[in-house]
Amino acid sequence: MIVSSTDVLRVLPEIVLAVFGLLVMGAEPFLRRAHKGVLGPLALVGVAAALAATVVQGLHPGYAFNRLIHVDNFGIFFHFVLLAITALTILASLRYLERENINHGEYYALLLFGTVGMGVMAVANELVLVFLGLETSSIATYVLVGFRRTELKSNESAMKYFLLGSFATAFLLYGIALLFGATGTTFLPDIARLLGSQDTPSMLALMGIAMLFVGLGFKVASAPFQVWTPDVYEGAPTPITAFLSAGPKAAAFAVFLRIFFTALEPAHEAWFGIIWASALLTMFVGNLGALVQTNIKRMLAYSSIAHAGYILIAFAAANQLLTDVADEQARVNAMAAVLFYLVAYALMKLGAFAVVAHVSAGERNQDIDDYAGLHSRHPFLAACLTIFLLSLIGLPLTGGFLGKFYVFTAAVQADLIWLVILGVVNSVLSVAYYLRVVKVMYMNEPGGTLTVAPVPAPLAFVLTFAALGTLYLGVMPGTVFQIASRSTLP
Amino acid sequence: MVPLSYYLVLSAILFGLGVMGFLLRRSIITIFMSIELMLNAVNLAFVVFSHYWTAWKGLDSALSGQVFVFFVIVVAAAEAAVGLAIIIVVFRTRASLNVERVNLMKW
Repeated sequence: MIVSSTDVLRVLPEIVLAVFGLLVMGAEPFLRRAHKGVLGPLALVGVAAALAATVVQGLHPGYAFNRLIHVDNFGIFFHFVLLAITALTILASLRYLERENINHGEYYALLLFGTVGMGVMAVANELVLVFLGLETSSIATYVLVGFRRTELKSNESAMKYFLLGSFATAFLLYGIALLFGATGTTFLPDIARLLGSQDTPSMLALMGIAMLFVGLGFKVASAPFQVWTPDVYEGAPTPITAFLSAGPKAAAFAVFLRIFFTALEPAHEAWFGIIWASALLTMFVGNLGALVQTNIKRMLAYSSIAHAGYILIAFAAANQLLTDVADEQARVNAMAAVLFYLVAYALMKLGAFAVVAHVSAGERNQDIDDYAGLHSRHPFLAACLTIFLLSLIGLPLTGGFLGKFYVFTAAVQADLIWLVILGVVNSVLSVAYYLRVVKVMYMNEPGGTLTVAPVPAPLAFVLTFAALGTLYLGVMPGTVFQIASRSTLP
Repeated sequence: MVPLSYYLVLSAILFGLGVMGFLLRRSIITIFMSIELMLNAVNLAFVVFSHYWTAWKGLDSALSGQVFVFFVIVVAAAEAAVGLAIIIVVFRTRASLNVERVNLMKW
């Protein structure tokens, strides 16, 4: 195989990230404890360089490495989103690691390697590469989740994440094997062509699709494969929780979209039912679960399950609109709704977890009641968290509102009225547990444990960025939605 | 000659055994071994399908199924490295390998 220079340009962000990851890892043993602080900024430079490389990558769309990689608008869009998420995670981690006394360079190296995997997932055009990208990001995050290794909760959640994650990977692989058996190829467009040439998909292909859904459903935390989420999110270091709820989820949705809307598009009638049922179940499990939580990280974990459910509504809508050839624009909008929702969701979820990372450092202040009177101690943190929570509810003027608006509009156009009604019911349900936190922060007297350190500058930047971003998407969604609709799959 | 379907049934049985082991066993190490069994069941399926498409249907590009097996083996090794490290850490903090003792967080 001949590797041309344009091939290299088309994976430039991954190369840059991997090089910086190795640099961080190589430099770490030679640095004295006092100098470890340079590793975080070095990783940040790496992400910035990768963002620049993504621009270069974007100038060279097309296939690379014998069609293994397909650089298109869709992949570029996800590259930007994922790199931004990684940059914000690094910024939110800088002081956190020092305070938790786990300031090791591997942390940043693993974040960069995980981002390499997610970047590969965004542009993979072939199932081997999908698998490799998924595993690169998963293995890096298994370690990151257990990074507070003397902490009982942290290694418990690492173990649960690792065992259940590998279990799901085995299902994903079996699905790939069955699909390979049915079509004789692992290239996504070729699978689509072969499935399209059959009148009805064979039994083998159907089983493969079901197994693929199990594996990917686990990665995006959709019901009934969501059991791991609360435990892992609770035990992981909080910046990693923020990363998990935004980055790997967005990457998994990218793969989900690409596999199901290119390779499995001819069989779309076969998988509509699973997506529909899973969307419904995911929303209810997430929202009902969140209602009864007292721990704030667990509450936010259940809320992120619920949000995966809303995104799956747009999936179901885009699927229904596939049959309707005349309504091309509605289908594009449905898929753009997924992309827009992922951006809005990443901003609000990262922001909310970043606040929690600061207030609930160590094992203190884990309960929602511990946030009592946060407004009088830290008006800035309380205001930011309020914006994020209102956006998670989906109140107007926030990104969350427009995300839901686009998703529900798409579903109405696809005649999925019941799904919309139950989605709105779920949004109403969710008001209860989000507003409880806001009420506690503003109405209650502060308790004794709430002595919060001043907000460090990098974290203040992350919070300001996420809050302004959330409001920007809520007030002027046009630009981002335009970009999203130009980044959908053909 | 043994028909190809026999291999597929064997692969499905192995995969099922892995799933049962994962769900029913209580030792972390045994659970981990069950996952490895599932991965190897997948490998068997890949090789069989690859043989079916290349030798029976004359589709040479389906050799990629065998290449996939190499990747699965490599990734399984990487997973084992990380997984065993996590298991050792869990054992150090709890002095037990029973999953039922790893239960700080529920619901």
